[in-house]
Amino acid sequence: MTQQFYVSPEQLMKDRADFARKGIARGRSVVVISCADGIALIAENPSPSLHKIGEIYDKIAFAAVGKYNEFESLRQAGVRYADVRGYSYDREDVTARGLASVYAQSLGAVFTAEQKPFEVELAVAEVGLTQEQDHLYRLTFDGSIADENGFVVMGGLADQISDVVSGAWEPELGFAGAMRLALRALAADKEADALPATAVEAAVLDRASESHRGSRRAFRRLRPEDMTQLLTEEA
Amino acid sequence: MQDPSTGPLATQATSSFTEHLQRSRPELLPFNQTLPAGTVPSSPHATTIVALTYAGGVLMAGDRRATMGNVIASRHIEKVFPADQYSVLGIAGTAGLAIDITRLFQVELEHYEKIEGTLLSLVGKANRLGAMIRGNLPMAMQGMAVIPLFAGFDQVSGTGRLFSYDVTGGRYEEQEHHSVGSGSVFARGALKKLWKPNLSEEQAVAVAVEALYDAADDDSATGGPDPVRQLWPVVYTVNRAGNRRVPERDLAAIAGTIVESRAIAGREA
Repeated sequence: MTQQFYVSPEQLMKDRADFARKGIARGRSVVVISCADGIALIAENPSPSLHKIGEIYDKIAFAAVGKYNEFESLRQAGVRYADVRGYSYDREDVTARGLASVYAQSLGAVFTAEQKPFEVELAVAEVGLTQEQDHLYRLTFDGSIADENGFVVMGGLADQISDVVSGAWEPELGFAGAMRLALRALAADKEADALPATAVEAAVLDRASESHRGSRRAFRRLRPEDMTQLLTEEA
Repeated sequence: MQDPSTGPLATQATSSFTEHLQRSRPELLPFNQTLPAGTVPSSPHATTIVALTYAGGVLMAGDRRATMGNVIASRHIEKVFPADQYSVLGIAGTAGLAIDITRLFQVELEHYEKIEGTLLSLVGKANRLGAMIRGNLPMAMQGMAVIPLFAGFDQVSGTGRLFSYDVTGGRYEEQEHHSVGSGSVFARGALKKLWKPNLSEEQAVAVAVEALYDAADDDSATGGPDPVRQLWPVVYTVNRAGNRRVPERDLAAIAGTIVESRAIAGREA
């Protein structure tokens, strides 16, 4: 009869955390920046169709790094949660806080109970009427949740990129300024000073979507040509 | 939110919000109840909707009256709604259910768009609406029927298209123009005389308002323009640029012109 080896809970959790961290560190990074015009989400992503950034609800967006199939299932579950909630109560009652805490519970449950933790890190962003009302939540593989101020950086070279962003971030940035900062930061380990607009996936949560576009839905995905235009017009 | 740990997510994956509700929260569906035996108490009914195509798009208009038997239940009800960026729907029949089905349909389209990252085709949207009306058939058998009219801009063919439905969810594509509700027979007559190919958007709005005026003239359940309360029909246009609600100011002017021209003509009918 084979003997079951004893592994202490500390060791078990540490192994799982190391495993998840390694998975996430292999991936490319995502930057979420709160600025004067709203919230900008930029991911280094060569694929034009497999998104790391997505719309969840009117004012809420999602960004993720790690394993695509895992964060995609979380994104879809988030859309379902938000749509059911908005349909059964009201659109106003869908908040980033509610969504983030559900994500935290799911991630926490998978981390402790499943064979393998999710190798993902998520950001849930909600744009408010003023910058003080913006919410940025960062969720890690073990279900821990942090309320970030100003910006979130996740993924492989998070520390390096975070240093660049924190050095230049200021609340008065517009979308163009935030994009330029993100492109510069994401190039942290490259030869170039900044990534070209075509190498990233970008989206914004527009603070003034009601007045500018007549739409409650603040999320707008930027095509490469939109990015180029945005970066040249305010250069 | 479904727990991602409960087995393979893919088996539960659906792009349809209605299917998701059916599985996880069936009590939230507007048409999923079994009704007790007995007669259904009277409830507000929404009536006339007209829709017509014009050069480069399609338009839908609805009056503002809801009736409960012979009583006016509301003078402010809206029966035409944007479904998504490129489509609108109007509803006739039991108002409470119709408004819930509209809300469900709006979420259904937005949900698909967010999950799949692309818009549903116009015929795809029309079919989803048909499935919802079919879901409501048991309620319709009890006297709570909902009859929608659906219109949208087809990105592929570059034209506005119109779809009507029956209580069983049957979907029929209509040419030129269509109308539903108790005043529809009169509105249809007006549309047949007023509609012409290649109307401009302004002309089309005027035709729709005049058709509703004729419906209100002969059908007690349809409300006419109300200058006392400043109430005008709800009119949406849909074209390549998306849908747009025609401003009250324009509608007031158009309704004023129609009333004036009829007064000048001085005819009884």
